[in-house]
Amino acid sequence: MNLNRYKTFLILCLILSVSSPLHAKVHEYVLENGLKVLVKPDHRFPVVISQIWYKVGSSYEYGGITGISHMLEHMMFKGTPDVPSGEFSRTIAALGGQENAFTSSDYTAYFQRLEKSRLETSFRLEADRMRNALFPEDEFIKERDVVAEERRLRTEDNPQAKAFEQFKAAAFVSSPYHHSVIGWMADIQNYDVEDARQWYRQWYAPNNATLVVVGDVKPEEVLKLAKKYYGPIQPEKVPELKPRPEIPQSGERRLTLKFPATIDYLMMGYKVPSLKTATEDWEVYALEVLAWILDGGDSSRFSKELVRGQQLVASSSISYDLYSRLETLLMLSAVPAKGKDINEVESALRAQIKRLQETPVTEDELQRVKTQIMAGSIYEQDSVFYQAMQLGSLETVGIGWQADEQFVDRIKAVTREQIQAVARKYLVDDRLTVAILEPQAMQTAAADSKN
Amino acid sequence: MRKMFLTLVLLLPQVVMAIPEIQHWSTSNGAQVYFTQATEIPMVDVRVVFDAGAARDGDHPGIAALTNSLLSEGAGKLDADMIAERLDNLGAKLGSGSLRDMAWLSIRSLTEKQVMKEAMELISLILAKPTFEEQSFERIRKSMLVGIEASKQSPSKLAENAFMQAVYGSHPYASPPEGTEESLNAISVDQIRGYYNQYYVARNAIVAIVGDLSRMQAEQLAELLAGSLEPGEKAADLPSVPDTKNATVRVAHPSTQTHVWVGQAGMKRSDPDYFPLYVGNHALGGSGLVSLLSDEVREKRGFAYSVYSYFSPMRELGPFEMALQTKNSHASEALKVMRETTQKFIEVGISDEQLTASKQNITGGFALRLDSNSKLAENLAVIGFYGLPLDYLNRFNERIEAVTVKDVKDAFKRRVKVDDMVTVIVGPEPSASPADKG
Repeated sequence: MNLNRYKTFLILCLILSVSSPLHAKVHEYVLENGLKVLVKPDHRFPVVISQIWYKVGSSYEYGGITGISHMLEHMMFKGTPDVPSGEFSRTIAALGGQENAFTSSDYTAYFQRLEKSRLETSFRLEADRMRNALFPEDEFIKERDVVAEERRLRTEDNPQAKAFEQFKAAAFVSSPYHHSVIGWMADIQNYDVEDARQWYRQWYAPNNATLVVVGDVKPEEVLKLAKKYYGPIQPEKVPELKPRPEIPQSGERRLTLKFPATIDYLMMGYKVPSLKTATEDWEVYALEVLAWILDGGDSSRFSKELVRGQQLVASSSISYDLYSRLETLLMLSAVPAKGKDINEVESALRAQIKRLQETPVTEDELQRVKTQIMAGSIYEQDSVFYQAMQLGSLETVGIGWQADEQFVDRIKAVTREQIQAVARKYLVDDRLTVAILEPQAMQTAAADSKN
Repeated sequence: MRKMFLTLVLLLPQVVMAIPEIQHWSTSNGAQVYFTQATEIPMVDVRVVFDAGAARDGDHPGIAALTNSLLSEGAGKLDADMIAERLDNLGAKLGSGSLRDMAWLSIRSLTEKQVMKEAMELISLILAKPTFEEQSFERIRKSMLVGIEASKQSPSKLAENAFMQAVYGSHPYASPPEGTEESLNAISVDQIRGYYNQYYVARNAIVAIVGDLSRMQAEQLAELLAGSLEPGEKAADLPSVPDTKNATVRVAHPSTQTHVWVGQAGMKRSDPDYFPLYVGNHALGGSGLVSLLSDEVREKRGFAYSVYSYFSPMRELGPFEMALQTKNSHASEALKVMRETTQKFIEVGISDEQLTASKQNITGGFALRLDSNSKLAENLAVIGFYGLPLDYLNRFNERIEAVTVKDVKDAFKRRVKVDDMVTVIVGPEPSASPADKG
């Protein structure tokens, strides 16, 4: 065992020896109108990704207009006085580009992936729609239907997604993480075009945005282009977000969800800090390592003990976003193995948490997780998109992109005692919400084929 | 506006992209190796692909997937826990999967000498000496059974299974790669061993390597990974796919949307009509929001969030599928629009403008297909698996450019028949369907 540990440690050292000089430098600029510009050269392939990130997402919304950030994202493709509806997508397509957008609780972002010489067109179009988007009413009504279909597809007809949405609504009472990114169906169906226009005018401004460019580019040239296209846009007075903290939870919350479905599903979420909300930074890195110990890879405790050993779960997962803007959840979810009872699965997950509180993780486990995380940070450099995502999201939630560069060192510093400490402090019943999906018969589900 | 847009495009510089060089050789026991050097990141991506997908399931649907999942569950003297621990200790990432044509293992490792050596020796053991222990076999089977249960709550999965069944009938592509409850329960470990012995052999294997290695290191790596496989034989040819006959299949499901799939047997990876069909479909439903189907169904009518058409090229004729999901009360209208749009496209053909736009998007976006080591490795594996020429990537854009309006019209007329398609409708029975709530 000792020999093994020594070996694990050696390999960690070997990995560290290759990991440090690799991080390409990030170039940061701020235009006079407040637009932040981040450029990270990656010359491996003749491509570039350009992303514009806005500080607005579903956690900025309030009751009655939930999902409006996402609806607005859809409307951003409907034209400006200079670029008719659909022209944005057609132009990018003609350049061989790929484009899309995504909305989360903490941000809205638009991106184009292009061959490197075509970056300028992306800037021209994206800068244009930062302030000049039109919202034709007829297009708005149709797009609202499209968003309702998107919600049916992603949430209404997906039992686990629907369960997750209701789980979050129970876990968060006063925090805006209460509602989902796509928003409640009734809110979607009752948006009017003025809701979207107002949301747009309020949040889409250079001083509320970050431009991220990663790829085969020269930072000074990107800056020049950014000045040319984004520079002339006037800054706006952006409203200050009201704090809306989650009320302190006292006592465990439980809910039972009954939908037509075929498999059981368990969710358990503990309220935990993010890097943005933590008073002690080390706690979030300890929580990150803790999540890996439980379910990071095939050698993790869940895989080894619950999937293979006890054969209690068919699949399990953990999610924890240490970079979220507000207090968040460390969430465990599991589907029982065939013939296993979901209550037994819940007990097993609770026993796993208890063990973390009572006994420090082993040195072997800790080294292994650190190795995995460090190797992962090297592998991530293979994806231009991922690199841009990291910079953009960190900047947009207000943590700062530098956290990405510090990540590996902060993980390296995590100790066994720290993991035990955060388990004792945060993974307690008073912070826990449990939801169990109890499948109901799919009334019309009997397959009935006729030719 | 349109004119300005065209001028803009014409003024663009011609994009010249250096295509990474692909080297090709065989291991001593007959595995085909494809290698591209990429020195920027100290890591390597390897895909070992076998002609051992579900098309080889025969009378045991699910056996390909089961065999593939079991490889890392025990090898030589190591059990699943030991394998997992060793790989994670090295920071190596192992993936595996199987579809209808292919089954594969993928490995990502750092190229630090000691780390890579240990990781790859382990993978070699997994490939050549899997133990297929009874206990793992039972657990993986049960977990696949849970997966089958889960697919019954997914309307898109129900639609896909019904679609493939209806298009392919008695052809091996018909049955679901994950098997059925009945077929999984009937499979034995001995059958798994037999399957492995027949298909996980060197002459049935492709090794694709992309990473920070010299040619000599890549040769040693390929020999290490595939060298201890039995030489064996290449898998036999698959039967050809019969013509699709018109049929409508309804699957009752209590969803708020109806999922509609329409299609037929489409094209082969080596199809002589590959390029005209690919370019034509790009305009019809293969290019996202700017495609004809998306314009008619989503942009003009707001019927669906996602609507597309797709040729999935395979060893034999892979499916041509068109799909959308819409609230139940719109289902028949949306289906009608989809069929009419396609029919019109076949009759009228592609316009000059549509052809130009499609070519620009495909050729201009070529660089994006190859912008990471993992994508390169996937491309190499496809080239090797389907026996595409080594200059396939170099000549890709040129062959796209060569497609004419006439080629597309001609290929679609001959190959796509709206009257001989399968239509799958998953959703509440129309009679039993309450008024839509939304």
